[in-house]
Amino acid sequence: MKITDDSPSVLTALDRPNSYIGRSVPRPNLKRLTQGRGQYVSDITLPRMAHVAYVRSPHAHAKIKSIKKAEAEKAPGVIAVVTGAELAKVMTPWVGVLTHLKGLKSAPQHAIAVDRACWQGEAVCAVVARTRAQAEDACELIEIAYEELPAVTDPETALDAKTPVIQPSLGDNLCFERKLDAGKVDEAFAASDAVVETTFVFGRHTGVTTEPRAVVADWNEGEQRMTVYHGTQAPHMMQDLFAKHLNLRHDQVRVLTKDVGGSFGIKVHTYADEMATVALSKLIKRPVKFVADRIESFVTDIHARDHRVRAKIGVKKDGTITAFEIDDLTGIGPYSVYPRTSGIEANQVVNLTGGPYTCPNYRAQARVVFTNKNVMCQYRAVGHPIAVAVTEGLVELAAAKIGMDPLELRRRNLFADDAYPAQSAAGLKFEKLSHHESLAHLDAMMNYAGLRAEQKRLRAQGIYRGIGFASFIEVTNPSAAFYGVGGARITSQDGATLKLDAQGNISVHSGVTEQGQGAEAVMAQVAASAFGVPIERVRVVTGDTDNTPYGGGTWASRAAGIGGEAAWQAGKALRDNVLAVAGAMLQAKPETLDIRNGTVVDVASGAERLPLEELARVAYFRPDTLPSGVQAELMATRHYVPRAWPFAFTNGIQASYLEVDIDTGFVKLLKHWCVEDCGTIINPQLVDEQIRGGIVQGIGAALFEQCLYDERGQMLNGNMADYLVPMAAEMPDIECGHVVSPTADSELGAKGAGEAGTAGAPACVMNAINDALRPLGAEPLTDMPFTPGKILRALGKV
Amino acid sequence: MKPAPFAYKKARAIEEAVALLGEQDARLLAGGQSLIATLNMRLSAPSLLIDINGIGGLDGIALKGGMVEIGALVRHAQAERSDAIAKSAPLLARALPHIGHPAIRNRGTLGGSIAFADPAAELPACLLALDGEVEATGPKGKRTIKAEDFFKGLFETALAPQEILTAIRLPAAGKDTRVGFAELARRHGDYAIVGLAASAEADGKGLKDVRLAYFGVGATAVRTKKEESALAKGDIDGAVVALDLDPPDDVQASGAVKKHLAGVLLRRVAKQLMEPA
Amino acid sequence: MTDTALDISLTINGERVSERVDARTTLVDFLRDGLSLTGSHVGCEHGVCGVCTVRVNGDIVRGCLMLAVQCDGATVETIEGLSDTGEIADLQAAFEQRNALQCGYCTPGILVAAQDLLKRAKENERVPSRNEIREHLSGNYCRCTGYQAIVDAVEAVAQARAGETK
Repeated sequence: MKITDDSPSVLTALDRPNSYIGRSVPRPNLKRLTQGRGQYVSDITLPRMAHVAYVRSPHAHAKIKSIKKAEAEKAPGVIAVVTGAELAKVMTPWVGVLTHLKGLKSAPQHAIAVDRACWQGEAVCAVVARTRAQAEDACELIEIAYEELPAVTDPETALDAKTPVIQPSLGDNLCFERKLDAGKVDEAFAASDAVVETTFVFGRHTGVTTEPRAVVADWNEGEQRMTVYHGTQAPHMMQDLFAKHLNLRHDQVRVLTKDVGGSFGIKVHTYADEMATVALSKLIKRPVKFVADRIESFVTDIHARDHRVRAKIGVKKDGTITAFEIDDLTGIGPYSVYPRTSGIEANQVVNLTGGPYTCPNYRAQARVVFTNKNVMCQYRAVGHPIAVAVTEGLVELAAAKIGMDPLELRRRNLFADDAYPAQSAAGLKFEKLSHHESLAHLDAMMNYAGLRAEQKRLRAQGIYRGIGFASFIEVTNPSAAFYGVGGARITSQDGATLKLDAQGNISVHSGVTEQGQGAEAVMAQVAASAFGVPIERVRVVTGDTDNTPYGGGTWASRAAGIGGEAAWQAGKALRDNVLAVAGAMLQAKPETLDIRNGTVVDVASGAERLPLEELARVAYFRPDTLPSGVQAELMATRHYVPRAWPFAFTNGIQASYLEVDIDTGFVKLLKHWCVEDCGTIINPQLVDEQIRGGIVQGIGAALFEQCLYDERGQMLNGNMADYLVPMAAEMPDIECGHVVSPTADSELGAKGAGEAGTAGAPACVMNAINDALRPLGAEPLTDMPFTPGKILRALGKV
Repeated sequence: MKPAPFAYKKARAIEEAVALLGEQDARLLAGGQSLIATLNMRLSAPSLLIDINGIGGLDGIALKGGMVEIGALVRHAQAERSDAIAKSAPLLARALPHIGHPAIRNRGTLGGSIAFADPAAELPACLLALDGEVEATGPKGKRTIKAEDFFKGLFETALAPQEILTAIRLPAAGKDTRVGFAELARRHGDYAIVGLAASAEADGKGLKDVRLAYFGVGATAVRTKKEESALAKGDIDGAVVALDLDPPDDVQASGAVKKHLAGVLLRRVAKQLMEPA
Repeated sequence: MTDTALDISLTINGERVSERVDARTTLVDFLRDGLSLTGSHVGCEHGVCGVCTVRVNGDIVRGCLMLAVQCDGATVETIEGLSDTGEIADLQAAFEQRNALQCGYCTPGILVAAQDLLKRAKENERVPSRNEIREHLSGNYCRCTGYQAIVDAVEAVAQARAGETK
């Protein structure tokens, strides 16, 4: 395949339109990354910096009877050996609950376990030494006497009377329960022509960020200030939490985040070992570095997606969906993770199931139970992969049962494109979605009819290919409805400060953060467009609580929609400020002027009047030449929070085309498509790449990834050879298309796009496998990941 | 994860390495692609690492008396690019690209792979399928160990504690040599869920001297002799039915799945054996 | 006599370096901690993820599966060296243009591995197919991109370099 110039057009100084909105501009921060000159937290060294290694519980549940650390304290290079009890004097415990998840309960969690370890891998003692290797050597010298306790490892029996209660103060192992009953579900099922009932099972996953979690904490005793270099998605949130649990003021804590080697939600949570590292720095009054190695990452990075969902759909002969019903059970760890809680994922499953469809009859029950496995919390597309797989799995099973084309059944049930504003059975409020236009676009993009014909032709030759779809809605741009209302100090607003420097270039200081998705580029594009300079004259500053407005960071696909809007407003505000000065200098009304390409111009004629460099020179160095009463304000800060809609829902539809080798059960992914409507697209290339990356992560869920535990709560495959992540040779090419339905809740109209790929991919791969195997009479597969063994068993070959 | 401390010595001659092996709790460092990973994870904590990469004369590939002699320190990548291997050891040529990834193959050695005897590895099975032999050098000098006597148990070979594998010898392929190789792995370069290395001689329109060696099916690579005679008779279905394997379950697949896949591989490899190498 | 720490001399990115290293220090840790060449990364320490990929004596290797002491007398090249000499300038530009990197953590390893493929392909006067590119990079884990943009970038550079010989 000869590639001609299909790469996005790069803007040169000559070929530059006024706006970068909608242009695929290469990201300005890429050069340092391709040169190996990034600054990841794991790269940072500070004077007198020590390293910490944690002794971790080998047991899923055990009392810590005694810790003998004398030998370890004498080992070469050791600075301190600190137990949970000792660290508890420096750092207070926390509880991961939110008041709006009614009844959500959890026990206090310490930075290092105090009397009891509650999952295999929980830190029980810290060794601080000159090098990580020396710290690990000393860890081996620590003698810990454990009394093993029975481990709760089966969510199905976690609430049984005879199952031990992990946290006695809570009374039982129930973390959270949610029920929803909309419409008339029983009558609807009774009136159906066909009912499909099945159980979906989703394997526990983990993020496997290429750079493991890393933190360098630097307590400066002289300044009484804690500086934390942290690979976090939410620096201000962490600033608040470090301050709170160390009894410091916010202004005594600075959190810095530069380059982060992948996050996907893994790094938006509060980790006991990271909190402990910060506390240790305060304790020993020196910088302390912690980098989780891969083995400890597998048992401490949050897990996600461990759900068993009994599900039911009713449908009429004409394809009308009559009702949805689900019973979701998820087994989290022994604590609800702080501060976002481990109830959100199940809550989302309840909220989102059935979401794209008009069907008003929906009943759901979700229970979140504690187990003695690693903690679980939000991971890319939180709850969506499960809700979408359940919904779309049921939809295609129903279509098969009544003999209707799966796209046609969707057409008959998706919210119409002119139905808005609308509300789902679960009460989700939709501003404007484009399910039908997206479906039509996908149909054309993939040449659906052509693929069906090819599928039929190949089946006759004994080759089994499958086509599967997934329609979905996606939560983006969350308002305070997500966390704030529940009492969490997680901000849903964001801010941007734009400054004009003495050379006429601008910097954008934003409260959102970058982990590779391109937030920095998006801020630069938005600011450059709003203000009126070429993008080369824009520098973006993120990830510094000292130097950015108070912001939420990046999660729930909020950076472009919320952070971008703040930058947009700040860009316009700075432009107004600059034009006020320009007007004074040029004796012209500011409204007759504009800034284009870095120069103040006449709006009407486009004639260049004053370069920004000159304006800056005068404003900063020759204010004596300005008319009296004129004070240049070459900085502007604006904030933004969505107010009209609790969430900016997006929509999309994906398709998977694959071939199942019915001798081996291996699945070959041939192609994947996604049509996504995320409102105004600021950088098409970045959106497409988010979708592609997200889809591959979802493919991991469908085919490869699962954290395997035995009945004693031991993780069996916690390494890169046994936990299978998607690699290049097995992945398909992915084609992306777009529909644009901007949100009116902001001027930019941008919604989020970071998680849509992951939301829909597991569902459509599952549907494609079942489509491939249907003619062979195989029992539909609903238990992810779809390993060769499961496929062979479904085919009756094993 | 950082290794526990160890001392390091670069051996200049094989005799020196042999002597050091006898002195303390020592491990040999050749390719290091398996060893260093286990050291990093502290699954092993020897007091001494003996680096044999600098010992001369162990990295040659030569044809001698109808045998291909491959020095223990020949890297997988070197063997992959070798015309001699392509011509005279075509089974190896088919197996080598499946070993890990290019960066692993640049360091990993054939001797190391055979001596480590990972049950899911390709080369031990190839050695068995070719009825090859191993040269071991110890305090009393050199001896030859036949492939069928070499693999004893899980990561356990017939090498004595102070012996070093110094060469591998395989019968050189002739015009009637037939080979077959197939493995099933979830991702390219992964350890195989199950694999099959096979060799035979064309015998008119049929086959003789069929040798089938499965890997990923138990503690060691195994020959399946009942299937070999069935295949020699041209009875593929019979061979699959007679499949004498009882693989244990592991994290990747159950024993039943592995056994089924072994049968699928047998059919695929049987086809390969019918074509010239 | 056997030592737990040894003196080594080697060339790193064209610079002669002499250091005393612990025997147990891996090559990648020596590069990062001993020499502050933090462009090569650590991701798993068991040779699977590929973010530590560097060049030793011209061959790509896993920096986590070699010891620094093994590199006495060797020529080691890291992403910083390949970048500063301009050897991979076209690859870097293609990656930047196509957004073939997001967080950038796997990128140095991928660039080193991709350059290895392209050099060998050029020597053999071949342009690698997309499947061959995917296979060669099958030992480099990327969680962000889903690989397609990377394959696109490498393919484009392979074709451009082949075009230059005509």
